Amino acid sequence: MTSQISQRWVAFNTLLTREVRRFIRIWPQTLLPPAITMTLYFIIFGNLIGSRIGEMGGFSYMEYIAPGIIMMSVINNAYANVASSFYSAKFQSHIEELLVAPIPNVLILAGYVAGGTARGLCVGLIVTIVSLFFTSIEIQHLLVTISMVVLSAVMFALGGFINAIYARSFDEISIIPTFILTPMTYLGGVFYSISLLPEFWQNVSLLNPILYMVNAFRFGMLGVSDIAVEIAFAIILVCIAGLTSFALYLLNKGTGIRN
Amino acid sequence: MKALSINNLTKTYSNGFNALKGISLHVEQGDFFALLGPNGAGKSTTIGIITSLVTKSSGQVSVFGTDLDSAPEVAKSHIGLVPQEFNFNGFEQVKHILITQAGYYGMPAKVAEPRADELLLQLGLWEKRHTPARALSGGMKRRLMIARALVHKPQLLILDEPTAGVDIELRRSMWTFLQDINEQGTTIILTTHYLEEAENLCRNIAIIDKGKIIENTDMKSLLNRLDKETFILYLSEDLKPNFELKGISYKQIDDTTLEVEINRNEGLNHLFSLLNQQKINVSSMKNKANRLEELFLSLVEKSEATL
Repeated sequence: MTSQISQRWVAFNTLLTREVRRFIRIWPQTLLPPAITMTLYFIIFGNLIGSRIGEMGGFSYMEYIAPGIIMMSVINNAYANVASSFYSAKFQSHIEELLVAPIPNVLILAGYVAGGTARGLCVGLIVTIVSLFFTSIEIQHLLVTISMVVLSAVMFALGGFINAIYARSFDEISIIPTFILTPMTYLGGVFYSISLLPEFWQNVSLLNPILYMVNAFRFGMLGVSDIAVEIAFAIILVCIAGLTSFALYLLNKGTGIRN
Repeated sequence: MKALSINNLTKTYSNGFNALKGISLHVEQGDFFALLGPNGAGKSTTIGIITSLVTKSSGQVSVFGTDLDSAPEVAKSHIGLVPQEFNFNGFEQVKHILITQAGYYGMPAKVAEPRADELLLQLGLWEKRHTPARALSGGMKRRLMIARALVHKPQLLILDEPTAGVDIELRRSMWTFLQDINEQGTTIILTTHYLEEAENLCRNIAIIDKGKIIENTDMKSLLNRLDKETFILYLSEDLKPNFELKGISYKQIDDTTLEVEINRNEGLNHLFSLLNQQKINVSSMKNKANRLEELFLSLVEKSEATL
């Protein structure tokens, strides 16, 4: 039993190491672009436009958007890492290395999700460092901040995994980020408080899970939020449970990977 | 002990194609077993099911007594697979590929590293250990696939056309390597289109055609069934116009080449005495086709005729 646990740990660790090595090896594609993009966000939205907007939620606009921008980079990168890595493994057939090995499906999922989470957090850290050039950050609730960023990365890594399972071409791993994820992020309260919206659109915004992540993360960093943090955690945990079950169902069924 | 037991295995693909129609197959521990068949016969589907790359429709597979459905991890830990197509990450370095694969089987790096080094040396890849796999030659990529399949010391090695597109020198060195590991106790299942390879290496054989096993026996008995053999004889001088081989079926290919069909029970002495009587010197001779190839073709033809 102990030997089985230690073997599984080695297998998980191998998969995670491979994933981390992969995104570090191709850092100009994985780590550099978000740093540049988010710097531009800080310059354009925070510095140039933000100075005319004034305060939001009792903070300068730059301070207000910083948590949302960090969270945006975390979820985009967690998603993209798993979607592209798992799809590439399918495309090049080296997913077979994993499928023939004595690794339970739950560990395959955990390895990829941990890899995506690692990239999300790594990019989040880079963007946080970038943000320090533009604003000061004082974390109000460390535990909320860390747990929310990790859970958000996990949730979107799971989303990326499911996307990659269904994808049959490289185009199909960019459709969801382009047409669903990006609009949801922009409408998820990264750049504004939903209290600025008419009531109808406030209610529509509440259907967007990214709103909960951004606000809970903002609560952790600044101490302000448009929604109750407990609800945000509950929703994210339910989403993670649902996505994990669905991803495992697809893996067990062999969808997209076994003939 | 059976290294592999397959019972009533069926596979119907989503397009309705019946790739396997209830095959049963048993491979003894330590065997060097050939699984042959024409293209599309069901060999790769069978291997895919054994290695969990293909989902079976029904039937049962067990590896060293462990059922693949009830204890997949235990069953899979016994197997090493060399697939037909290159399926490693071409961007990874050669040694990383081996260590990563070992890790998937639960081997920690401190155990995997020396094992990877050992295989890299044995298979002539040591100099390329830090090279990305995509930069290797075709032959080296084949050897890398074998090294990767062996890194966790599997008891059952399955090779799906391992020497396809490999030059003869490398093919023969791979044969020696495979014979060595078989002698050390690894059970080997081989599919190949080079029937000479199967004849030289394997002790037992199954022939699959259109999703059914049409022959499953030991190589010796199968070859003993060959009732005729065709030889090509190269003569040292031109044949005379009145040349004749009475009672022997033959064909003159050109002035110095004969194709002769010999019944197994007749042997070659009669042929050579006839040639001697006519003072014809044979400078060399060969089988027209590999013996197994002749049998294989006749079995597949028979199987097709019965369908």
